[in-house]
Amino acid sequence: MMALSEKRTLELPTLSGAEKNRSVLMIFLAVLALIFFVLDIMLGSVEIPFREVFKIIFLQKSDNQAWLFIIQKIRIPKALTAVLVGCGLSVSGLQMQTLFRNPLAGPSELGITAGAGLGVAAVMLAGGSSASIYAISQLGISGSWLIIAMASLGSALVLSLILLIAGRIRDNVILLIVGVMIGTITLSIISIWQYFSQPEQLQEYIMWTFGSLGGVTQYHLYALSGVVSFGLLLAYISSKSLNALLLGENYARSMGLSIGRTRLIIMASTSLLTGSITAFCGPIGFIGIAIPHITRSLLGTANHRILIPGTCLMGTVLMLLCDIIAQLPGTQTVIPINVVTSLLGAPVVIWIIISRNNLRSSFS
Amino acid sequence: MSGTFPLLETRNLTIGYASKKSARMIAENLNLQLWPGQLVCLLGSNGTGKSTLMRTLAGLQPALKGEVIIDHHLLSTLKAADLAQKLSLVLTERVEAGNLTAKEVIELGRTPYTGWLGKLSESDHEKIHRAIQSADVVPLLTQRMHQLSDGERQKIMLARALAQDTELILLDEPTAHLDLPNRVEMMRLLHTLARKTNKAILLSTHELDLALQAADNLWLMQPDGKLVTGVPEDLVLNGAFESAFAKTGFFFDNATGTFTIHHDPGSVNIGLSGDPKMVFWTNRALQREGFRSNHQEDFEYQIIVSTDNGTPVWKFLNGEFASKFTTIEMLIDSVKSVANKYSTT
Repeated sequence: MMALSEKRTLELPTLSGAEKNRSVLMIFLAVLALIFFVLDIMLGSVEIPFREVFKIIFLQKSDNQAWLFIIQKIRIPKALTAVLVGCGLSVSGLQMQTLFRNPLAGPSELGITAGAGLGVAAVMLAGGSSASIYAISQLGISGSWLIIAMASLGSALVLSLILLIAGRIRDNVILLIVGVMIGTITLSIISIWQYFSQPEQLQEYIMWTFGSLGGVTQYHLYALSGVVSFGLLLAYISSKSLNALLLGENYARSMGLSIGRTRLIIMASTSLLTGSITAFCGPIGFIGIAIPHITRSLLGTANHRILIPGTCLMGTVLMLLCDIIAQLPGTQTVIPINVVTSLLGAPVVIWIIISRNNLRSSFS
Repeated sequence: MSGTFPLLETRNLTIGYASKKSARMIAENLNLQLWPGQLVCLLGSNGTGKSTLMRTLAGLQPALKGEVIIDHHLLSTLKAADLAQKLSLVLTERVEAGNLTAKEVIELGRTPYTGWLGKLSESDHEKIHRAIQSADVVPLLTQRMHQLSDGERQKIMLARALAQDTELILLDEPTAHLDLPNRVEMMRLLHTLARKTNKAILLSTHELDLALQAADNLWLMQPDGKLVTGVPEDLVLNGAFESAFAKTGFFFDNATGTFTIHHDPGSVNIGLSGDPKMVFWTNRALQREGFRSNHQEDFEYQIIVSTDNGTPVWKFLNGEFASKFTTIEMLIDSVKSVANKYSTT
């Protein structure tokens, strides 16, 4: 008994040490997010000095009306969109990885973004010329709800299909391939649709597929931030269920979890997050799969109550960084955000597949 | 809960798998009872439906017919959250939550009691602490699950079930991936737990000899879908044990409670007498070579075991000849050569 109590006192400090480390990391990430947020607003094709940026953000006035307009109407909405995208997609990916017990699950990998794309295509291509993105931005809030609803429905459709198949497939990589195939089928349906559409409609749609944080106007931002916040809230509420699911469905059920309801909540959260973000920003790849892994290994935990805020911070930091890179500071050019996230994210996925032995311990 | 009501009871329970077209019955009309403070082992050869029964009792799969009653409630009407406060599970499947620490896994056992965020209260911490002490896993707490051996992992899962603080614990082949010392340790732990905490513990296992030693009660699944229950010793003596595992190639020795792989008892009789411990081991060696030994003195061959100044001596009498050996190996060589010469000529 003496030996036992001695061991206890010996081990407890290391545990709280890890926790202290974790909160230091979280604070570091939060500070980093703030710095990148300001940087993202400062940098761009028009360089605006820090002092002015500061003045515009906090005092909402500037001597230079052009700068005031650029920052208030373009850059702040864009930076806020980057934050929403970073949080939403990475939390959506985190939930999917736990739900499918698969390290390779993610919104774009399993075809969920393609499903959202189908919803968007339905609005843009089938709705006739009046329903192009341009027309929708004229419609303001009511139009954005339509496109969010359709994109979320599309996501939910693909997600439930994948969930159905996942019940029969145990192998992670095979499920990934099935997801890619379903994504391909969805994209083919969109292609058929495109084939029979008018050129001007097509152009809108193709621009959308490049992905852009800049297309989100102030009105869209209200709708988007509302839906994303709701999705994140659902995810945080599910954190207890997600933790129980880490032990597998049978154990989770034996600990009082009703699997059906849990799945439904997680699916709703994932579809809303992926659907709404994809609707406005286009299909943004790799954020959803890469950020949860980076966060898990950085924070060294699988506890969702810590991981969900953690992935939000990490997603914000990296999404802002991607946006800063996409603007190619100092030049007049802007490259599509999707290209940047893919360049940063795809190597992470390769790393995941190569170190699969390691991952077996995280998921079965 | 006093001991007057069973914690778990089945009434005319039929288990199996139902699909749209047909139902595959595995066992029918099961009337079983599980009492507080009891360690019950569910035994049966592969494919007799142990797991199906466990899954049905745990509510993971519906019964085809009949009822399962847990603590006065029908299992089919219990909500998952309520059931989780009455019954906890330890499964065969390896838990792959590698990034979780052992402590975090044990804490998950409090899931049925915590609020929507899963925050632990003072009493939760106390229950967890007690579970950790009972399962004797203090040194493992800060390790991550993937750093633990199979045996340690299974002990953590048991600690988690204890933290769940249910009167019933069901364990589906908890010792399947464990080596012998860990299996013994697990059974010892479960036996003590049932005694000390007055929980009812049911485990399915293939460990016949361990089950015979540790269980208060055995549920034997027969190959024909019947289930025989009783105290281990009774089942050994009335032959139920033997028939449950009837297979050619080995037989159950109800004198020692072990299965022997030598089915053919041999045709040459040898008398064997002396110090009981040495007789036991000599007997095993003789059986392996296909001889039948017995405590009778009118056989043609006799072996008398004795000790001479602390060293064992085997005296082999073959009619009028007698020889002495100091190891079983030498004895067996001699017995074989004599007996074979005799049987061939």
